[in-house]
Amino acid sequence: MTLIAFDAVTCVRGGRALFEGLSFTLEQGGAALVTGPNGIGKSSLIRLAAGLLAPAAGRITGDVPRALLTDQTSLDEELPLARALAFWARLDRAADNVAAALDALALTDLADIPVRLLSTGQRRRAAIARVIASRAPLWLLDEPANGLDTAALGLLETAIAAHRASGGAVLVASHTPITLPAAIAIDLSQHLPQLERAP
Amino acid sequence: MSSALALLIARDLRRAWIGGGALLPVAFFLLVAILFPFAIGPDAKLLARVGGGVLWAAALLAALIPIERLVAPDMASGVIDQLLTRGQSAATIAFAKLIAHWLAFAPPILLAALPAAALLDLSTETLVRVEIGLLIGTPGLAALALATGALVAGLRGAGAIAGLLLLPLAVPLLIFGAGSLEGGVGALKLLAAVSLVLVAGAPFVAGAAIRAGLD
Repeated sequence: MTLIAFDAVTCVRGGRALFEGLSFTLEQGGAALVTGPNGIGKSSLIRLAAGLLAPAAGRITGDVPRALLTDQTSLDEELPLARALAFWARLDRAADNVAAALDALALTDLADIPVRLLSTGQRRRAAIARVIASRAPLWLLDEPANGLDTAALGLLETAIAAHRASGGAVLVASHTPITLPAAIAIDLSQHLPQLERAP
Repeated sequence: MSSALALLIARDLRRAWIGGGALLPVAFFLLVAILFPFAIGPDAKLLARVGGGVLWAAALLAALIPIERLVAPDMASGVIDQLLTRGQSAATIAFAKLIAHWLAFAPPILLAALPAAALLDLSTETLVRVEIGLLIGTPGLAALALATGALVAGLRGAGAIAGLLLLPLAVPLLIFGAGSLEGGVGALKLLAAVSLVLVAGAPFVAGAAIRAGLD
């Protein structure tokens, strides 16, 4: 089953074309790794896939639930970690999944600590736990390795592998190396907009 | 969907109360009501005559206080992005915020009107009319605050711009609210009509503003 498909998608931000003619398809168990230098439109591609931006041209199809990881934690700062995660899990009708998600990122000991007291890496792991807890088939991860130490990166890769094995798919944008076996490689520098042709 | 709405309302209500956020408008409301006797002087008759209008003006000013925390923090922290990714419409998010804001804003103001009325030496009759008017008018005020909050989210100097945007739009509420103090149900009906229009329109205005803020 196709979870998401880009068909000749062009992305325009602030009047400037970032990339054009991008096509790819993510099936169950699939993965795609978006690479390219800063500012080329990796985050915009993730936001397009999340439905937060509309493509300037082309089509994006697929309407399975998505889980989004951006550079923001999006957890209520004043709440203990487990309760902050539970808010999103309850919205996703997956409230029973929080403990397993905390465990997958080695956060169980921090469950009662308010989110505002977590370190950068811990917040990042908490945000990844939010994605895992959602049970959404399609994960959209924008720079998931940012702020993670080697051990946490291993946990993330394990979680992604388990998600794919159970029929999910991931779209990852990263400028740092991350292990994604058999991933579709999307190099945005191959999709730079053509200069406008003279009439 | 309805359970999602309940979750969103409960979250916003909780966040309104932590750190005393919901008490600030009440403190401001009382402060404005206290300032008038100082400015006008201890003329009980005069105070009683203008007191109802003073409470309405105070409620309008108090409605400005929470504007900046209604939408902007959730846009900055990515919470809105997360909700939209989950398929919640921007209007639904705004509607939940409107209900939560009214629940956090109106009951404390209605309660605070009691001591404020005592300070201004209002008659029981006038107090009852003020309370009925505020009960009907505060949903409209909350709707204006929400729409304004969404429109100015992310702007520098958002608070001042929000005041300039909200106060002129709130004038109809003030006219009919203060008008209802004279008695008669005509002004109350018009107040209810204005309030209803604002409540019906605000989620869509705020939703469109949230959407526009994504790019």
